[in-house]
Amino acid sequence: MTLLQIDGLGIAFGGLRAVHDVSFAVEPGEIVSVIGPNGAGKTTLFNMISGIYLPGSGTVRLKGEDVTGMAPYRLAQRGMSRTFQNLRIFQNMTVLENAMTGFHLQERGPVLSDLLNLPSSRRRGRLAEDGARELLARVGLERAADREAGNLSYGSLKRLEIARALAMNPSVLLLDEPAAGCNAVETEEIDHLIAEVAKSGVAILLVEHDMKMVMRISNHIVVLDHGEKIAEGAPETVSRDPAVIVAYLGTEAADADS
Amino acid sequence: MSEFLQFLFSGLTVGAVYALVALGFTIIYNASGVVNFAQGEFVMLGGMITVFAHMAGLPIPLAALVAVAATAALGVCLNKLAIEPARGAPVVSLIIITIGASIFIRGAAQLVFDKQIHSFPAFSGDDPIHILGATILSQSLWAIGGAAAVFVGLWLFFTRTLLGRAVLATSNNRLAAQLVGINTDFVMTLSFALSAGIGAFAGVLITPITMTSYDVGLALALKGFAGAMLGGMGNPKGAFLGGLLLGLLEALTAGYLSSQYKEAAAFVVILAVLFFMPQGLFGRKSTDRV
Amino acid sequence: MRISQKHLTLLVMAALIAAAPFLFPSGYYFRVGALIFVNALAVTGIVILTGYAGQISLGHAGFAGIGAYACALAPVHLGLHPALAVVLGAGVSAVLAYLVGKPILRLKGYYLGVASLGFGILVAMVLNNERQLTKGPDGIEVADLGLRGLLKDWGLNLTNGEFWYAFTGIFLILGAWIALNLHDSPTGRALRALHGSEVAAGTVGIDVARVKLQAFVISAVYASVAGSLMALQNKFVTPDIAGFMHSVEMVTMAVLGGVGSVPGAILGAGILTLLPQVLTVFAEYEQLILGLVMMLVMIFLREGLVPSILRKFRGRGE
Repeated sequence: MTLLQIDGLGIAFGGLRAVHDVSFAVEPGEIVSVIGPNGAGKTTLFNMISGIYLPGSGTVRLKGEDVTGMAPYRLAQRGMSRTFQNLRIFQNMTVLENAMTGFHLQERGPVLSDLLNLPSSRRRGRLAEDGARELLARVGLERAADREAGNLSYGSLKRLEIARALAMNPSVLLLDEPAAGCNAVETEEIDHLIAEVAKSGVAILLVEHDMKMVMRISNHIVVLDHGEKIAEGAPETVSRDPAVIVAYLGTEAADADS
Repeated sequence: MSEFLQFLFSGLTVGAVYALVALGFTIIYNASGVVNFAQGEFVMLGGMITVFAHMAGLPIPLAALVAVAATAALGVCLNKLAIEPARGAPVVSLIIITIGASIFIRGAAQLVFDKQIHSFPAFSGDDPIHILGATILSQSLWAIGGAAAVFVGLWLFFTRTLLGRAVLATSNNRLAAQLVGINTDFVMTLSFALSAGIGAFAGVLITPITMTSYDVGLALALKGFAGAMLGGMGNPKGAFLGGLLLGLLEALTAGYLSSQYKEAAAFVVILAVLFFMPQGLFGRKSTDRV
Repeated sequence: MRISQKHLTLLVMAALIAAAPFLFPSGYYFRVGALIFVNALAVTGIVILTGYAGQISLGHAGFAGIGAYACALAPVHLGLHPALAVVLGAGVSAVLAYLVGKPILRLKGYYLGVASLGFGILVAMVLNNERQLTKGPDGIEVADLGLRGLLKDWGLNLTNGEFWYAFTGIFLILGAWIALNLHDSPTGRALRALHGSEVAAGTVGIDVARVKLQAFVISAVYASVAGSLMALQNKFVTPDIAGFMHSVEMVTMAVLGGVGSVPGAILGAGILTLLPQVLTVFAEYEQLILGLVMMLVMIFLREGLVPSILRKFRGRGE
């Protein structure tokens, strides 16, 4: 079954149409990248899919269920997780605790049990901690576990966000510019990580500016410009699409090419 | 009918003060994002300084002028000494600072002046005016008229003058205002001075009717705040109308329900607004950028 | 065996509480100590609400008032034993916190601060006005808890001061233990996450409105129990216990000590409880100095005393 189905999604802010009539699908294990020049509406699209903005029109279907406009925490319960372009790490907690929050849905329990530190509460916490340590090791942050999250480098924090998103054992993972601000080494690490995650059957939706990365790992690319979908297809097809070239480089580049 | 009119008049009178306090709140809130709990103390100072300056021999108009000017200066000091240094602090801290400032000012007023209740003569005498079977003090007309004049004056200032528009710009987006060359520090100073001056003016207007003492500030601050919330926090028109409406509600509650619980009107209003229309009567809902 | 930080904190607290009486010049200090403990208990609730979850309440004294007057009124009008009255007060506070919090906490921003402000003042007003029931601003007597007498019958003879010092001290340690449990528990992590970033917290599945409400209700219970203990200890209570100034004091104590830390709550409560005692000499200057202290601490020691002091000791971080 199609894991994520977007149909005719659109939103306007005041008079400005930020996204208009965008449709595409993501299958399990597929990596779909959304690309487009700055201001094309990619993050707005993401925010609509992940429940942060209420779409003005269109639907979002997760595993066949209509989840349009559902609050983020309910989408999380249904297997969707995401990272943020501008990093939304919990600065007031340690790296380990940040990763543990990803296990919230698994570790949560009766408040009373937590208040009294009952064995069931401790068990839940330990499960989350073990899982979190595993994930930190997977993204290479195990030694930073007890450091304040605010003290880490940008690249490390990007990996932490991915660890937190993976902790939720998602069926659909939305990555908002996971490689932005990362150097070549970090980008490659994230690259491998994404491929690995996709191989385990997770559907991945990616917004990214690093074209080499996009072309390398994507199964399918959706191109946005001025809030509308202007092209869609396999990497080779899209990279040669004249409309795409125009959007990125302007008409002169397209003329030069032909 | 005449009874209702009576409540209307007293409600508008006290509502005029609430409206001015709410307006003062809004100006500072728009300029700096801070909810200034010391706003009520400005009203107190307006009344108290006028009283003591008058007792020292100054004619009332001059005493009032001194009061407004001195309070405006105090507002500027409040900004420079207490708010500016705490720029970027969490909201809780800023709230405590302004509450601390109001306690400080109250404590100082207690020492500089005294703990007695004071007043000074009304501007145009104490004879009540009869309208449609109800009476209204001439001072009430001064209060309502004065508040309206301030409101109109501010409206003209904000929409017609360059400086006023600079203040609006700074409230809207401080960084952008700085980038277009607006001296935002001066705008802040001006906002606090304006706010404090308006508060003091309200104190001058209302003291002949309600009298004043060193501790009237707290209740005024809370009610002005309720008025601002009712109108929609951050909206000057809303603040003004909210304050007036609150005064009316208070008077009507005192008249028809229970005079004991008239003070409760403000706080029931706050809760009602939050439960049913948190953006207030005229506020806007905002979208969160991610 | 490694002692966790939580157990260390509790041990140090217990040790200090047990040892302090040896330094007391007179029996009067037991009373001051008990007052500090009760304030600290209420402030621990604020630490949970404001320090952990990042929400502000400007009317928490309202819950203290409910707890206090439950102990004053329930034994008389409902025939309840004072101990049960404490539970009743906590129950009523929890329910009211739930009713006020539920519609408010689904909104974003400072709205809880405002709503709680209105709530607290309304409670104080009702307590002031309903003279038939509460005897109004003059205050009302509170029945004896009876525990000290019971202990006497069993052979443990304590003065009134000693008893309340120990009793409130035990409650404080219990309250601290619960708060520290919460901090490192799944619920605690959810609270602290929403403080860090509400948006991200939602994304990991945290029902932010629900968790905020939990924090509000829990902290209301803390304030209520503290209010009950205060009433039982003094055997007298006035409506001021629910007043705005008391709410302000509670928040200031929390922020003074370091709003995120339980030890900070105790330090803050200690300082602001002792300050008026010290300042009675300067009674006239009390408000002036209090206001000044509040402003100076918030401007220069933003994080509160405990974190600032700890930072000095640790030197520069990693």
